Amino acid sequence: MTIDTLIWLIPLPPLLAFFVIVLFTNRHRALSHSIAIGAALLSWLGSMVVFFRALQVEHFGEHPFGSQINWLQTGDTWFKIGVLIDPLSAAVIFFVAWTVLMIFVYSVGYHNYGQPKGDHDRKGLPPHGANVVDAHLHKHQVPSIEPMYSRFFAFIGLFAFGMYTLVISDNLLTLFAGWEVMGLCSYLLIGFWYGKESARAAAIKAFITTRIGDVFMLLGIAYLYSATGTLTFREIFAEETLAHLASTPAVGGFLGLSAAGMIGILLFIGTIGKSAQWPLHVWLPDAMEGPTPVLAMIHAATMVSAGVYMVIRMFPLLSAGAEHGALTSPMLVMSFIGAFTALFAATIAVAQNDIKRVLAFSTISQLGYMIAALGIGAYVAAAFHLITHAFFKALLFLGSGSVIHGMEHGVLHTGDHSVDPQDMFNMGGLRKKMPITFWTFLIGGFALSGFPLITAGFWSKDEILADAFGHGHWAVFLTLALAALLTAFYTMRQITLAFLGQPRTEAAKHAHETPWTMTLPLVVLAVFAIGYGWVGIPEHFPVIGGLLPNWFHEFVGGTLAHHPEAVAFSRWPLLTSLVVALGGLGLGWLTYRHYKAGAQDPLQKLLGPLHKVLQSKYYFDELYDKVFVKPVYWIADTFTNQWMDRGVIDGFLHAVSRLMLGIGPILRNYFDKPVVNGIGDFFGEGSKKLGRSMRVLQPGKVQSYMLAAMVLAFGTLFYYIYRLLRP
Amino acid sequence: MIPLSWYLILAAALFCIGLFGVLGRRNAIAILMGIELMLNAVNINLVAFWRYRAAEGIAGQAFAIIVFAVAAAEVAVGLALIISIYRRRNSVVADDINLMKG
Repeated sequence: MTIDTLIWLIPLPPLLAFFVIVLFTNRHRALSHSIAIGAALLSWLGSMVVFFRALQVEHFGEHPFGSQINWLQTGDTWFKIGVLIDPLSAAVIFFVAWTVLMIFVYSVGYHNYGQPKGDHDRKGLPPHGANVVDAHLHKHQVPSIEPMYSRFFAFIGLFAFGMYTLVISDNLLTLFAGWEVMGLCSYLLIGFWYGKESARAAAIKAFITTRIGDVFMLLGIAYLYSATGTLTFREIFAEETLAHLASTPAVGGFLGLSAAGMIGILLFIGTIGKSAQWPLHVWLPDAMEGPTPVLAMIHAATMVSAGVYMVIRMFPLLSAGAEHGALTSPMLVMSFIGAFTALFAATIAVAQNDIKRVLAFSTISQLGYMIAALGIGAYVAAAFHLITHAFFKALLFLGSGSVIHGMEHGVLHTGDHSVDPQDMFNMGGLRKKMPITFWTFLIGGFALSGFPLITAGFWSKDEILADAFGHGHWAVFLTLALAALLTAFYTMRQITLAFLGQPRTEAAKHAHETPWTMTLPLVVLAVFAIGYGWVGIPEHFPVIGGLLPNWFHEFVGGTLAHHPEAVAFSRWPLLTSLVVALGGLGLGWLTYRHYKAGAQDPLQKLLGPLHKVLQSKYYFDELYDKVFVKPVYWIADTFTNQWMDRGVIDGFLHAVSRLMLGIGPILRNYFDKPVVNGIGDFFGEGSKKLGRSMRVLQPGKVQSYMLAAMVLAFGTLFYYIYRLLRP
Repeated sequence: MIPLSWYLILAAALFCIGLFGVLGRRNAIAILMGIELMLNAVNINLVAFWRYRAAEGIAGQAFAIIVFAVAAAEVAVGLALIISIYRRRNSVVADDINLMKG
């Protein structure tokens, strides 16, 4: 099998697993998860083969793997679709394969495989726990298995198919198809526990919000296709095509943009929706309604990465027409939105109490980082942060899931259901109860904060800051540095509240380490959260620079036609990232280390009313509700329902029916009754009358018949005699 | 030799007596007897014509014998019907038998 064929096959196993589980093995839990994990393993294997083969190719950027087939005839040419693995997608498929496989394994433990069925569990609701009696006749409440266990694996299988399709695509159309498959899956998974009102609302919110972005993205794709006649990346990124797009003004001269600028902005709006950037960020925190960590992790580490991946992929188009140092309009928009989102979401995350909600906002913030990095042209740094972030954020989400799972165990054990197992203020001291979770979470958290030298997050974040500094984008640099400080702060706040100190509730005292299916993925991801940073250490870094080659820069940078220059080393961004990372972590620890159960959040004292604003996420949900949702409801009711539907359409229908009611009696009285009935009655009644008048001929007396026969016989006889005798 | 017309007159007279019996009598058995008379009047005609007009053949006699056979069968069936009707309705008056009244 050639490598090109293998690339085509990578997305298929999870898709097959989806169909097999949905159609055949839905009732068999073990079989379903075995099929799903087996499929993920096959895809993982294929991805690894492709990745390591790619490493062996010299100048891989110029000689990527890929093949195309004719798909749709358009006039006298063919629309081609195909697969492409170039350095960027090879690097991305590496992390996708690992994280997807880890999620699949983790889901087995998270959905309580091997636990008894709950007594009150119903489909569409999270499992409530089951009562068991142990050998000493003690009654225990233990976690119960998810009622729709197999369905979950089918959905994440389809999800993985979408992500793999997106990554291996060599054109925007199949990329968009994978993109939308994931949109559907996120809807299905957020609404997985559809028995909960909030889950249904969150599913609809996520679907509609991302759809807004997708519509613009589709417009961008259509515009690109009409302008160039192709959607294949390598054809779009040809020098002359890009130059042509950059020099053509956009349709209608819109805002003085070039065609490339217009397309770039439209595509980027798709990313705003998918990667939850301001102002379409509102769906991601609500997505935590789904089966918490697993789904959150898919959304945080996998699907939202797709949005960033797409803009990184389209970077040559986005930057088309850039003069030296100047930014194109899409890049300006991206650097503004990215930097703003990074800071904006980080401030919200500071005031959240729900352990996974903090991570959700942190995801938004980190995605903003990548977008901002790409906006200032730091191509490699954005890709690097995308990958390291995927690893450590996957680790953090799975870790938070593990924490919640452990807390739920405690809640069930104590029987006190008023304790929210997701609220960090109810935790504390989990370090001793859940050591593996603690250490891996610590690694993930430090990577997120950019703990110097050892964690992957430090290297990628530092590279972004260095790029912003080196190219003189001061506003972006300062915003991102501030966001990094807040990131380190809220991460330490999270770790301190959840793991350090003493247990603050009974549930936390009885928390329990999770099964190996959950801790194993944590350990694997923790290895990457540390180790992956070492492949991208800048060469001119003091002391350790150059010990390891800066492989990542060389490899991924090769994707672009013009190999990007590594930014010159400067000590200021390095000092900044050291200060913000360590400072944020230190501040977080100092603020929360003496926190006592039931006390006010120390931050609340410090910020006063601002805390409330942050906790309410700047009231964006309320704002959107007032500005968009309520008016839509109003239009739906007043205009569409009352006026359009009831007034115009129903009015017309009623008029027609009234007309028909009028015509009916006329037809009945003047046509049906006289003509149709008349003819029928004439034959019926006529036969009756005839019969009645003929009745007298049948007296029933045999002698009268004989008499009649005789008279007739004689009559006939005489007639013939008369005929005979007549001359 | 007695002329043919005598036989014909006798046959006509017998036929008329039979016809009267059929039309005039109320008793079903009498009606049946009238029919027999009419049949025999026809037989006399058949035999008489054969004897005077076609004595070399046997068609006349053969017809007469067929009529006897038919008459015998008819009486057998007719009497059986009448007995059956009598059993059901306790009457052999022809006017009472009016099931076929329209």
